[in-house]
Amino acid sequence: MMRFLLPLVIFIVLAGFLFVGLGLNPREVPSPLIDKPAPAFTLPQLHQPQKAFSPADMQGKVWLLNVWASWCVSCREEHPVLMALAQQGVVPIYGLNYKDKKADGELWLQRGGDPYVLSAMDEEGRIGIDYGVYGVPETYVIDKQGVIRYKQIGPVTPQNLSEKILPLVAELQKK
Amino acid sequence: MKKLLILLFCLMPVFAVAGEARDMAADPVLEKRMIGLAEKLRCLVCQNESLASSHAELAEDLRREVREQMQKGLSDDEIVDYLVSRYGDFVLYEPPFKSYTLLLWLGPFALLLIGAGVLVFQLRKRRTVAGDESALTPEAAQRAAALLEEESKS
Repeated sequence: MMRFLLPLVIFIVLAGFLFVGLGLNPREVPSPLIDKPAPAFTLPQLHQPQKAFSPADMQGKVWLLNVWASWCVSCREEHPVLMALAQQGVVPIYGLNYKDKKADGELWLQRGGDPYVLSAMDEEGRIGIDYGVYGVPETYVIDKQGVIRYKQIGPVTPQNLSEKILPLVAELQKK
Repeated sequence: MKKLLILLFCLMPVFAVAGEARDMAADPVLEKRMIGLAEKLRCLVCQNESLASSHAELAEDLRREVREQMQKGLSDDEIVDYLVSRYGDFVLYEPPFKSYTLLLWLGPFALLLIGAGVLVFQLRKRRTVAGDESALTPEAAQRAAALLEEESKS
């Protein structure tokens, strides 16, 4: 009896691990920046390059930092969701225009609409590295103290918005 | 026409120039050090390639970052710490020895020990079984002796 039971148990355990593994997304690397202060930067704004934007300006507000680019395919999928969110006016969305040309970025916002309060230009992608960006689009939820509380890797969808991002924003705004 | 096309396609690799070391620093010693370090780091975009061999744009940017930090005089450890603080332990090809990587590092040795234990246990069991068979009870020995005697008589 034992002779058959033991291999069977081992097989079931192994199959269980493999099955769970199937559902994991290896592209989602947990960010070590969660619950750490958002890295400081000062970048020119996309629409008004003579003006600068810095996360320090956002102290006291809960806000979203959305990393986007005109060359990013998944951003197209995400864009209508951000437009709808901006219309609701629940939380301000700031853009980080990552490794993009000014003209391309502007054209992209002209065509699809501009959900951002403003976008900062990170043409060389240096701030992206500071934020651990590796797959655009990425969205950070930053609290009133300027601490990163959540990072969405990949597009914001109605689902992850209503399940994760908006409840978190509401909770952070109460604090 | 078709043959001509095939010939054209065959010739294409000749014109394709590999761009491996496009972004070289002026200092070859530093470049070597950078590549050495980048080989131990993982590219986040093409996850099974090292930062040194990847052609992803992010890998190029990260190589630039490493190079610039080296130029600023930071040590390899400081640069690795910086990247880990941004991208997590995932950037390291060799995972660090931590509480949650204990199973990863010690698991194989634990399995080896368990295997060896099972082997020793099984071998011992077999030996005692074999031992039991050879050690005859006095009655059995008597019977055997009697049988042998009978045999020699006949």
